[in-house]
Amino acid sequence: MELNLCKDKLVGMYRKLLEIRIFEEKVFELYAQNLVPGTIHLYAGEEAVAVGVCSNLRKDDYITSTHRGHGHCIAKGAQPKRIMAEILGKKTGYCKGKGGSMHIADFSVGMLGATAVVGAGLPIAMGAGLSIKLSRTDNVVACFFGDGASNQGTFHEAINMAAIWSLPVIFVCENNVYAMGTRRSRVMLIENIADRAQAYGISGVAVDGNDVLAVYEAAQKAVERARRGEGPTLIECKTYRHKGHSRIDPAKYRPEEEVEEWLRKDPIKRFREKLMQTEVLTETEIQQVEKDVLAEIDEAAKFALQSPFPDPAEALKDVYA
Amino acid sequence: MRKITYKEALREALREEMLRDRTVFLLGEDIGRYWGGAFKVTKGLAEEFGDERVRDTPISESAIIGAAVGAAITGTRPVAEIMFGDLTSLAMDQIANQAAKIHYMFGGQAKVPLVIRTPFGAGVNIAAHHSQSLEAWFMHVPGLHVCVPSTPYDAKGLLKTSIRGNNPVFFCEHKLLYPMEGEVPEEEYMIPFGVADIKKKGSDVTIVATSYMVHKAIEAARELEAESINVEVLDPRTLVPLDRQTIISSVKKTGRLVVVSEGCKTAGVTAEIAAIVAEEAIDYLDAPIKRVAEPDTPIPFSPTLEQYVIPNEKSIMNAVKEII
Repeated sequence: MELNLCKDKLVGMYRKLLEIRIFEEKVFELYAQNLVPGTIHLYAGEEAVAVGVCSNLRKDDYITSTHRGHGHCIAKGAQPKRIMAEILGKKTGYCKGKGGSMHIADFSVGMLGATAVVGAGLPIAMGAGLSIKLSRTDNVVACFFGDGASNQGTFHEAINMAAIWSLPVIFVCENNVYAMGTRRSRVMLIENIADRAQAYGISGVAVDGNDVLAVYEAAQKAVERARRGEGPTLIECKTYRHKGHSRIDPAKYRPEEEVEEWLRKDPIKRFREKLMQTEVLTETEIQQVEKDVLAEIDEAAKFALQSPFPDPAEALKDVYA
Repeated sequence: MRKITYKEALREALREEMLRDRTVFLLGEDIGRYWGGAFKVTKGLAEEFGDERVRDTPISESAIIGAAVGAAITGTRPVAEIMFGDLTSLAMDQIANQAAKIHYMFGGQAKVPLVIRTPFGAGVNIAAHHSQSLEAWFMHVPGLHVCVPSTPYDAKGLLKTSIRGNNPVFFCEHKLLYPMEGEVPEEEYMIPFGVADIKKKGSDVTIVATSYMVHKAIEAARELEAESINVEVLDPRTLVPLDRQTIISSVKKTGRLVVVSEGCKTAGVTAEIAAIVAEEAIDYLDAPIKRVAEPDTPIPFSPTLEQYVIPNEKSIMNAVKEII
């Protein structure tokens, strides 16, 4: 990974990575205290993907997200306190408590929402790309999905349509090796999901998804291409979730050595070491960032915990616009 | 007043709305200049508005609706055509889980102004994959509006309302209605959702019928006049929202109800309407409610088999006579 970005940008990216990690740790902590209704799918371990991609986007660009979507929201600029409130089912959440952990959206920052149907976000992102093309702006859409989604028909349909119409969409596959408990190699014969891009006549690239700068560079090229009207790109980011699929999953299907190997490749640890080696940040500055983020997430949790639950009759509102 | 066909009325609505609002665009399989839609509803529109706004798509129903959803939540007003209603099953996640739920699930942040047009209905010998009437599926999905226009006038007015609204609309056309002529004024008009139309006034029995069955009900009513049975034919025009009040008022007046709709009887359109009347107006009924619908079978191919399962004026007359 090369450091040819300005200090502010690099520090900003480091801060986002940390924000996501500490946010997810807080969610887990609140979950353990029985304060989170339902289930959670944590993004810890995959932060470099969301941050590497979203650091290339403007506020008026769009993203679509998945059931494992907290990190995407934070990376695109949504407020942690309102994300946390939504996860807790509170009135002050982004969706007034109607969506929860798997359905967070913040249209004010171009976050078009998380769908919990695997693969369903791809056609929607493609449609947002179509809308951009029709309105002749230079915005782009980044569409996050997992390795499991790449086996859905919507993957084929959406990428093909984006390709033939040359739509400004960056399809970002977060290959975290397992679709729930199913290892990728059991459900596809190819090594790189990015290779599927060839079938649609578009460029595809596989990158180290735990290297935020590698993701950044790949996304930068794809975003520039999309803004120039040169169509979509498929980026496969090879990464790993630190925890199981969801809250009930101890992830026993993953060999210990494999987990350890990936933990050694932790994207935040790697980026921090890089920033210190290259003297972009000093130990003291690193500690300051961490302190700030911890305080911010604590504040977010406090806000969410203190917020009221929605009035029950709210359930009947917003069915129609 | 001038007369135009149902197909022309739909095309006029699309054309007028595309002229009025640049964000309205059409997408679907073979809707463009090379074919003009399987039933020719969009014929000539690509020539007038260009291939960008009358967009031919690959055969990818899920992505057609997904594209419409993504475009709708980012500032445009797409009208998607699914060539046959039966094929909406291929796009069911995008319709039922995405389009219908986005406004609610995201706490009202996003509007989803999209229209899905599709033809339903049996009677043209194209068998089990091109003949169903699946309106009831979509009535069961909160967040969707469901239109079932039976005349050129209703088709045009409801389609214009659908395009200008801010919710996803499932717009059901009927293959046998496309060539049917009816009066449509030259001047602009819109038809609000949830307002039933009394197609024929009467006092002895209420028939609530939908889509093509409205015409069968009117034919049955005319024949029953000869036997001094005075039938009121009521067309809800939209199933969601449903004009419960007009249906209940009519039943209070006549004391008898027959509900007619294509589609299987079990858990179908007729079941819902019958249940509403049973729940809210049972004291006004002088006889049991009768339902006329298709039996619970796939639509068969052979003309003798197909005609056997589709409700007709005879089966409607029989139902009326059973409760008179």
